[in-house]
Amino acid sequence: MLDALRTFLGMGGYAAFVWPALILTAVVLVSMLVLSLQDLRRAERTLQGMEPADRPRRRRGAA
Amino acid sequence: MANLHRFANPAQFQRLSRALLPWVAGITAILFVLGLYFALFASPPDYQQGDTVRIMYVHVPSAWMSLFCYTFLAVAGAVGLIWRHPLAFMSARAAAPIGAGFTFIVLATGSLWGKPMWGTWWVWDARLTSVLILFFLYLGHIALSRAFDDPARGAKAAAVLALVGAVNVPIIKFSVDWWNTLHQPASVSRLAGPAIDSSMLPPLFLMAFAFMGYFFTLLLIRIRADLASRKVQALRVAALAAAE
Repeated sequence: MLDALRTFLGMGGYAAFVWPALILTAVVLVSMLVLSLQDLRRAERTLQGMEPADRPRRRRGAA
Repeated sequence: MANLHRFANPAQFQRLSRALLPWVAGITAILFVLGLYFALFASPPDYQQGDTVRIMYVHVPSAWMSLFCYTFLAVAGAVGLIWRHPLAFMSARAAAPIGAGFTFIVLATGSLWGKPMWGTWWVWDARLTSVLILFFLYLGHIALSRAFDDPARGAKAAAVLALVGAVNVPIIKFSVDWWNTLHQPASVSRLAGPAIDSSMLPPLFLMAFAFMGYFFTLLLIRIRADLASRKVQALRVAALAAAE
């Protein structure tokens, strides 16, 4: 079991290249997602904070 | 509120994207799990390159995506310039940083693959150089689209850059055939059929579709964020006008 893990992590002697490549890919992909979600949350929160003041004019015909 | 009417069409997009996003994100997550399983466990090492071939499963999909994403930028730019569809420029603006991210991944993972296989991190051959230029084109697009106070002007300038730079896309694709490169020629999309062992195709295609799904997930999120911040801007302008 431990041997199998060691073989897997060893990547046939190329661990120093394979793992950094995979980790770097994951870091770039995940940070793009996190940054984009942060932008979305920030904008939507600001929008929510603004809309109450605006509501009387926007709700045409509503009770 | 008159200046909000032009978001009527994007409002429809908001509804559609809200419905689509969970599906696209979910399918992408499943593809990543399957792709990584095949890439790391259920595929053999290469007979020449050993386990470094596993770098291919992130390198090649991100390379395809870097080209796909740039083509997307050019088409969106053209649609924006010709039909003035507001969502076209907005999607180009949302896609450019994603493309830059994919291109960065190709360059970095290629370097990490080049060192053990070619004995060098970098070489100025046609394929590597043209991909580096692609990366700079993305950076130029991002900078230009944000360089003007009026976002519409920035979007137009960036669209022109995307269209001019599109000439680089076929150059990248065919660089390995037109010039002598250290980079290997195409081994999947060949007239004679893939030259790559069939055991390596499932992880490669699963990862490619996962990257594609990831692109659309990010694109939807980024367009929605852009729409929301533009609405904030419009409301602020309206509030200022009302106060005067």
